[in-house]
Amino acid sequence: MKKSIALLLTTALVISTVLSGCGGSNSGAAAGGSAADAGSTADTGSAAPADTGSTSGGTSIDVQVGPSPETIDPALNSAVDGANMIIHAFEGLLKFDKDNNIVPGVAESYEVSDDGITWTFHLRDGLKWSDGSDLTAEDFVYSWKRVADPETAAPYGYDLLNYIKGYEEAEAGNVDALAVSAPDAKTFVVELNNPCVYFDKICAFAVLVPVQKATIEANGEAWTTDPATYITDGPYYMTEYTDGAQIVFQKNPNYWDAGSITFDTIVWHLIEDSNAAYAAYQNGDISMIKDVPTEEIPSLEGNSEFNVAPIMGTYYVTFNTQKAPFDNQKVREALSLAIDREYVAGTIMQGTYTAAKNFVGPGVSDEAPGSSFEEETTKKYGDHFNVGNYDADLEKAKQLLADAGYPNGEGFPEFAYLTNDSGYHKAVAEYLQSAWGELGLTMTVNIQEWKTVTADRRNGNFDVARNGWVFDWDDPSNMINLMETDNGNNDGKYSSAEFDKAVDDARKTTDLKEHYSKLHEAEQIMLNDAAMAPVAYYNDFWLQKSNLKGTWHSPYGYWYFMYGSLE
Amino acid sequence: MLKYIIKRILMGILTAFIVATLTFFIMNLVPGGPFLSEKAVTPQAQAAMEAKYGLDKPLFMQYLTYMGDLLHGDMGVSIKKRGFTVNDIIGNKFPVSARLGGLAVLVAVCIGVPLGSIAAFKRGKTLDNIIIVFSTAGIAIPSFLTSTLMMYFLSVKLKLLPSLGLDGPANYIMPVIALSLYPTCYIARLMRSSMLDVIGQDYMRTARAKGVSTFKSIFKHALRNAILPVVTYLGPLLASLMTGSFIIEKIFTIPGLGHEFVSAIPSRDYPLIMGTTIFFACFIIMMNVLVDIAYAFIDPRIRLK
Repeated sequence: MKKSIALLLTTALVISTVLSGCGGSNSGAAAGGSAADAGSTADTGSAAPADTGSTSGGTSIDVQVGPSPETIDPALNSAVDGANMIIHAFEGLLKFDKDNNIVPGVAESYEVSDDGITWTFHLRDGLKWSDGSDLTAEDFVYSWKRVADPETAAPYGYDLLNYIKGYEEAEAGNVDALAVSAPDAKTFVVELNNPCVYFDKICAFAVLVPVQKATIEANGEAWTTDPATYITDGPYYMTEYTDGAQIVFQKNPNYWDAGSITFDTIVWHLIEDSNAAYAAYQNGDISMIKDVPTEEIPSLEGNSEFNVAPIMGTYYVTFNTQKAPFDNQKVREALSLAIDREYVAGTIMQGTYTAAKNFVGPGVSDEAPGSSFEEETTKKYGDHFNVGNYDADLEKAKQLLADAGYPNGEGFPEFAYLTNDSGYHKAVAEYLQSAWGELGLTMTVNIQEWKTVTADRRNGNFDVARNGWVFDWDDPSNMINLMETDNGNNDGKYSSAEFDKAVDDARKTTDLKEHYSKLHEAEQIMLNDAAMAPVAYYNDFWLQKSNLKGTWHSPYGYWYFMYGSLE
Repeated sequence: MLKYIIKRILMGILTAFIVATLTFFIMNLVPGGPFLSEKAVTPQAQAAMEAKYGLDKPLFMQYLTYMGDLLHGDMGVSIKKRGFTVNDIIGNKFPVSARLGGLAVLVAVCIGVPLGSIAAFKRGKTLDNIIIVFSTAGIAIPSFLTSTLMMYFLSVKLKLLPSLGLDGPANYIMPVIALSLYPTCYIARLMRSSMLDVIGQDYMRTARAKGVSTFKSIFKHALRNAILPVVTYLGPLLASLMTGSFIIEKIFTIPGLGHEFVSAIPSRDYPLIMGTTIFFACFIIMMNVLVDIAYAFIDPRIRLK
């Protein structure tokens, strides 16, 4: 008898653990519920402005733009999936419209002093946070100083704020040295070190949106993980955050332009597996997915729900210019010309990339509104790579290699191509192996884990390596500057005094025309030097149900869902 | 008995300590760090972030600090899940994985044990052959295949079951089947062979000769002895299934702990690597101790020394 009771112990063991599991998760669900309640009190607490909201009522959209974001704290974010959520929850001084032009955000207007140093922003009337409290210029002072604060350790702090007077002191710990001020509740003033012709684009960057001091001081970094404390100033506020499952946004009735916002709810499904995302899309559970399984792409071609659109960025190959034989311009140019870019982009990458003709690709603007830097390059200088006529480029490559002293690749040392194995990297590596094999060269493919690739590449521990850049903001300097001698991302350690000067001139000028013409000049210098080998321009590709209308995708890699509708 | 348990627990603590120490130093030997990304952060930002997480101190000092905090039950803050402490992450996600894994073990035992016993009693008959084929196939087919096939047919084609999350009971069906298929088949095979051993024993023949019914002879006499290997297997099985499966969680988008074990490593989220590893080590040790105790209850001849 006693023994048979004992026999039950094992089963009891299993059952008890299962039950304890249930208990734990129930309390988790309860916590979620109370958080959602807190969200809805913010809603009812602001009943007065709520009636200016939409009358469409109860529309909801389910989307997938990536797995769980690392953070949705604007100051700490450096990833595009986090930024996609941040632009729906917050609004900065300025923002982008459908055509990627800068338009007023919470700042109604701004003016720049003649010397280009002082930028004065005028905020709209009656701005409020999602909890109903007032948003003032002081909030911007706090938020920008927070980005500069070494305690915050914002990854983009330097990139965005080093233009501002006092940044170096602020970065060293004296945050108040940063020259941002609020003379009154509706005016925000920024003083720069040097003029910066694209500072308006920086002001529209998702890192520099306002965040609320009260909630951050009370909750620390955890303010972003609880709907009750995630106070926003943009179109939406958060009502649920289940890491690894979903984030739910609800329309913010306190947003100044709430009347223009269509969807009441956005559900961000945090799906990591592209096949799972695809299954949910096919089921109709999700209306838009960013992570489309690459093996499905051939079957999706010609499907009107499958979209491909450029984002600002280039896939390229870095040569270790400090190491023979890659210190020889002719060798680099030969290797670069031997790449059939059309084949790589169209066949190997299944048309999800576009063959690179130069370094800076589509989506990046030039001087005039709506113009394209890439088109200007073609007009002014012609394309560097003869994408339509690969054979001509290949002949040139063979000639260059012979000129460099390696006819048919004779005497060329064996070298390695460093890459990680994700996306198309491995397939591209194998292609390069055969393409450079055509020149008589022997290349081995060295596949390492991503962090190892990044570390080795940065430390100059490679011959040739995969590389790539996605723009942070729409100015060609953001990528061209990578080849500057002292740039931290100049992995190939390319160095040219002439190039450095052109880039520096472009940085310091107050004249928009000169800014762009210097950058065109710089791009030509680096292309002629074969500082690296551009391969393809990045695109975003995604699936979107045909009844989802009115949303758009920007070259920043952002989707704007707030004005869309399901028909 | 009590002395034995205390000894096992002390040994367990020592093991966990060694695991923690080894993990700490090996993890720091791997190239790259949490702040390394495709785009270089400025040296200033890098320094500020390292200072924030205490990574600017000498490695041994970091180790001492970590172990000191660990003794107070504080496993630090995650570097790559900003705003979450490691305790939060484990506290939120373990119950999800534990519920799923626990259900899978329950299913595996409830199906695997009878299946194995039936196979043994019908040895050589058609039913036995069917069970053998099923259990061999179940062991050979990887879970990602069964889950993908189920997802394709049950969710995408027939639209019978939801493919995402764990919102309702229907959401559990596919992940539980995927998780329990392998252990079910393994238990069935284990049960079959140990049951065959037991049936051949003299006391079983005696029992039957004395007129004990087949049903009673199985459940009263054979099962208790035959189940011991299954109990042994149950310890590590519970530990591994209840702490979550990376693959199943990824395929069905389940916010469980299994995912964190794996994803913490490529992102070099040091505190999370440490936290999940120590948690897993402790859980396995605990399960093994519990199994040992259960053993003694089932078969008193086993003296715990």
